[in-house]
Amino acid sequence: MNLAAAAGHPGFLSPTGVEIAFLLVGVATLGAAVVTVTTKQLVHAALWLVVALGGLAVEYLLLTAEFIAWVQVLIYVGSIVVLLLFGLMLTRAPIGRSPDADSGNRWVALGVAAASAAALVWVVVDAFRATWIDLDGPAQGSTDVTGAFLFRHWVLPFEALSVLLLAALVGAIVLSRKNTESTQGTQGTQGTKDAAARRTATGDDPATGDDDATREDKS
Amino acid sequence: MNDVLDVALRLLIVFVVFLVAPLVVGQTEHKVMAHMQGRLGPMYAGGFHGWAQLVADGVKFAQKEDIVPAAADRRVFQLAPAVALLPYLLVLVVIPVGPGDGAVGQVVDAGIFFVLAVMGIGVLGSLMAGWASANKYSLLGGLRSAAQLLAYELPMLLAAASVAMAAGTVSLTGILDAFEWWWLPWQIIGALVFFVAGLAELQRPPFDMPVADSEIIFGAYTEYTGLRFALFLLSEYAGIVVLCGLTTVLFLGGWHGPFGADGLGWVWTLLKAAVLAFVVIWLRVTYPRLREDQLQKLAWTTLIPLALAQIALTGIVKVAIN
Repeated sequence: MNLAAAAGHPGFLSPTGVEIAFLLVGVATLGAAVVTVTTKQLVHAALWLVVALGGLAVEYLLLTAEFIAWVQVLIYVGSIVVLLLFGLMLTRAPIGRSPDADSGNRWVALGVAAASAAALVWVVVDAFRATWIDLDGPAQGSTDVTGAFLFRHWVLPFEALSVLLLAALVGAIVLSRKNTESTQGTQGTQGTKDAAARRTATGDDPATGDDDATREDKS
Repeated sequence: MNDVLDVALRLLIVFVVFLVAPLVVGQTEHKVMAHMQGRLGPMYAGGFHGWAQLVADGVKFAQKEDIVPAAADRRVFQLAPAVALLPYLLVLVVIPVGPGDGAVGQVVDAGIFFVLAVMGIGVLGSLMAGWASANKYSLLGGLRSAAQLLAYELPMLLAAASVAMAAGTVSLTGILDAFEWWWLPWQIIGALVFFVAGLAELQRPPFDMPVADSEIIFGAYTEYTGLRFALFLLSEYAGIVVLCGLTTVLFLGGWHGPFGADGLGWVWTLLKAAVLAFVVIWLRVTYPRLREDQLQKLAWTTLIPLALAQIALTGIVKVAIN
């Protein structure tokens, strides 16, 4: 523990080992994030995203927020990136460069990204200017603390968010079912024949569940 | 200095277990499968019942030429086996084998989350392999892996959440400390869901659609040879060890046993894990491969509702006890 932290007035110019590590990991994360959006290879972008998200998890760990760190890995690296890769492989994932991966909006996108980054940094710095985390003491982001905080002080926003997610879930189901109903409605008698054809088709060719959807679209 | 030595020793032990246990499971699989199918299995290598067969296999793999297909994405192709294997090593560090802090590599406060999060990374390895091989069969295998992972991650998480609710903690050692024998019938549905979903996540038969050799050669691993292929095989067996260890710790009480829990707790853990590993092998020999639609159906219409029912049951009993 350094002198500044011991005196209760931590300063910017007396970095401890953890703070240096935090900065270095931050630079690496930022680098990975930049590569994610600049690389010409689609799947490489997804894999660099894994590095960036993993770097974020390490940052959480260094700030003693263990629970958030593991949830970050579980949700983002374990599920969202897998979903991304699944989508890429299902549609278009060439080895090598994708010349059409560039967007004409790149400068506008850069402007928006810079503006939102500036806004976020400003808000966070302004809100937590006087807050210090004691990195050497007991973990302040343990599961226990996070759980108590979430379900004692922030229960209402938490529940509101779950209702929002539920709405998104229901919306997704409605959107994906809409096609089926309209085809059945317009075709009427042909529906059963189609269903029978689909059954035999899936029986012969059990490749993917998505075959159903594509056949439905064609019919 | 003593602390450093202590940590180093623990990590060394975990590493040795990581190298040995998968081989033991692999050799057991050879023999168990052979006997269930009325044949002998490997008998010559090493003398006694072919115990050195896997060592011989390892030597064979090491001698093979390491080939990277010309059209493949070299770096991702070469990185994939490591991404598939290393997460299981990390998971093994936090699984407690006995009572107290002395019998676990490293106590992690959010143990369940750590374990499930890191296991999820392992599947990225087969996705990377499937894509980077520049082979249509590999890509299909990768796609199937991803679809399977997306479907089975949820029931696994829900089942684990049920135990965490019952114990009131997400730490693996904490769960074992809180364990009572009647949790066994109480959490049995969750245990089954967890085990089945774990099998699916490991892509073991009957959930081996992603590597179905009669359809897509060997899925994501088609283009791999030599040591890199061996690493993928090793990660599968390490996955079995980890899954059995986790199921033991979460649902079967780990080091708790009818007697001798103080001194011989680790024997109970190993025994339970070994029985589960036997079941994994048994399932491979017994059940035919599930079709993709059956796979998805099992996850979404059977396992998830069962896991949710288990959570509801856990909640009701927990409230009733309190």
